[in-house]
Amino acid sequence: MDATRPTTVYFFGTCLVDLFYPQAGMAGIELLQREGIRVVFPQGQSCCGQPAYNSGYKDEALKVARAQLALFTEDWPVVVPSGSCAGMMKTHWPDLFKGTPEEARATAVAGRVFELTQFLANVLKVRLEDKGEPVRVTWHASCHAQREMGVTDEPKALLRQLANVELVELKREKECCGFGGTFAVRHPEISAAMVEDKVADIEGTGAKAVVSGDCGCLMNINGALEAGRKPVQGKHIAEFLLERTHGTR
Amino acid sequence: MAHAEIDFGKASRAALQDPQLRANFRRAMDGLMSKRAAQFADSAEWHSMRALGASVRLRALSKLPELLEKLEENCTRNGITVHWASTTDEANAIVLEIMLRVNAKLAVKGKSMVSEEMHLNAFLEKHGIEAIEADLGEYIIQLDHEMPSHIIMPAIHKNTKQIAQLFRDKIKEAEYTEDVDQLTGLARRVLRKKFMNADVGISGVNAAVAETGTLCLVENEGNGRMVTTVPPVHIAVMGLEKVVEKLEDVPPVLSLLTRSATAQPITTYVNMITSPRKDGEKDGPREIHLVILDNGRSKIYADEELRHTLRCIRCGACMNHCPVYTRVGGHAYQAPYPGPIGKILVPQMEGLDKRGAMPHACTMCNACVEICPVQIPIAGLMNRLREEAVHPGPAVKDAGAQASKAEALVWKGWAATFSSPTAYRMATTVLSAVGNAAPASLPLLKEWTSVRAKPRFAGRTLHDLARDRGIPDV
Repeated sequence: MDATRPTTVYFFGTCLVDLFYPQAGMAGIELLQREGIRVVFPQGQSCCGQPAYNSGYKDEALKVARAQLALFTEDWPVVVPSGSCAGMMKTHWPDLFKGTPEEARATAVAGRVFELTQFLANVLKVRLEDKGEPVRVTWHASCHAQREMGVTDEPKALLRQLANVELVELKREKECCGFGGTFAVRHPEISAAMVEDKVADIEGTGAKAVVSGDCGCLMNINGALEAGRKPVQGKHIAEFLLERTHGTR
Repeated sequence: MAHAEIDFGKASRAALQDPQLRANFRRAMDGLMSKRAAQFADSAEWHSMRALGASVRLRALSKLPELLEKLEENCTRNGITVHWASTTDEANAIVLEIMLRVNAKLAVKGKSMVSEEMHLNAFLEKHGIEAIEADLGEYIIQLDHEMPSHIIMPAIHKNTKQIAQLFRDKIKEAEYTEDVDQLTGLARRVLRKKFMNADVGISGVNAAVAETGTLCLVENEGNGRMVTTVPPVHIAVMGLEKVVEKLEDVPPVLSLLTRSATAQPITTYVNMITSPRKDGEKDGPREIHLVILDNGRSKIYADEELRHTLRCIRCGACMNHCPVYTRVGGHAYQAPYPGPIGKILVPQMEGLDKRGAMPHACTMCNACVEICPVQIPIAGLMNRLREEAVHPGPAVKDAGAQASKAEALVWKGWAATFSSPTAYRMATTVLSAVGNAAPASLPLLKEWTSVRAKPRFAGRTLHDLARDRGIPDV
């Protein structure tokens, strides 16, 4: 047994997963559990605070973040099925809590935050056995996973482990899909132009599904795919990996 | 006070409906991004270069007042007359006074964003002085009475065909051609005459060296050298943040600038200007004036976090990499500085009353942060300005101008709900049960569903599923 391998982790589901994509959250939990990890899901959790933080309401963001911080009493890793929420906790919580009595704790917890695929690939070094039919998929990289969490190749490396999955990369993989939280409703036309370009890029790959690790992006991309009556579907990577491996190792 | 507010939304909608404009920007930005990436192909070199660039700029900012005094002292010793302007009006008045004293009728200009900030051309025209842009891109947009749409490539919104038509319509001796060399040759012939007859040359400054009193100017067309050497009087305008401490600080800054801006390891011309013509010399201007402009920069400098805005070396790479700028182009911002740097700089210069929308024209994707050659935390500063916009305070002009009681109340309610597990449980239970019945015409949902299907509440939350499956809570 690897001494650095944790035995227990916290799972922070995020509010979007909670309300709109709970299956993706459960899939994330199961992917961890089947590696022999004890997963703790604190029922008191809600949101990392990012919506208020990015809207200029830091006091309100702090109030919500504080309620989450209080749940992580043990020094276990915190695994998050979203690059954006993980990025909020890892890179912005230390600033948000600066000057508060919880500053040291927030910084310590921030240091233990992992995006799900990062944890699966780098910490658990999972080996996946594909049990699905041949399929072509593409990968949508979320901005915050790439640029705040430094997660670039981990999810694609996991997808490449699947023998029957052909991964075709997007032409503009690094480009934002246009979600941006409140941006999508503050500037709906620009956001629309961005997601339309993303959809065209996805269609250009000939993929049957677009896999992503962030539910904000997925909500945006799936919404546009559905409104445009496109046959392609967006799926959270946790769900996709679990399905391909039939839930067992 | 909404009456003073610049309507970015409206302008961006108009831009989005212009397929030619969108195609021009997309093509240009794609090209610029890939060429820049090739300049920094070695990631270790890139990281060490930008760390060096950032350290040069940070060191300069850390002793800005001292360096500015030193710059003035050394410029004066070199025979360059230094003028200080706290506002653009003052800067314009200084330029005009010099022009009137030498009885100037015609000025030729090199590219200068500070002069755009001053609206110098319009000001001079009002006083009967013709100011003609000598940078090809600037010349093109001046012919069409437009603002620059990019700080490095001011006419990037136009394609060759559009420029060919413009030249045919606006230049007397022009015949229609789409041949780029012929078009350039035509502009060159027109501008040559202007250079020979100009009374004053006006330029910007890419970096001013405090220890030597040297003004550095990079350019590719030679127009910058003409502007600063042919007319008898040269007036340079610069923002007060452009100072660097030592001569040895110049190479890393210029190298990052040109690689980031135009993907060149060095520009065709690098001008280092240290004095007017000396006795016995055969060329060069008789007088050099340096106008150092504040225009809100001191206020930006006073805040330790916002100060980092002033690190900028104006390479424009943040624009090239911005997914919003790429879609709407530079004119939609209606500001001298568009794109990411504009979104943090302009609201601080002009105030959050007029420019409160700018920091929100951003998805926080951090693409600009990733490529900024001097590591400006652009997204972090954007976030800070969003906060300033809704909270009155002394740090930023017109802070609190965007505050709305209704919005504040929404966030208060949000915080109360999301910080209490009981309230959150109740809220998510209700939303899960009835949320899908919400009509798409509701505010926010209406904007969302303009091109997207409504998001669907799953019915049971992850909290529910985790409880059902017996996932431990502690």
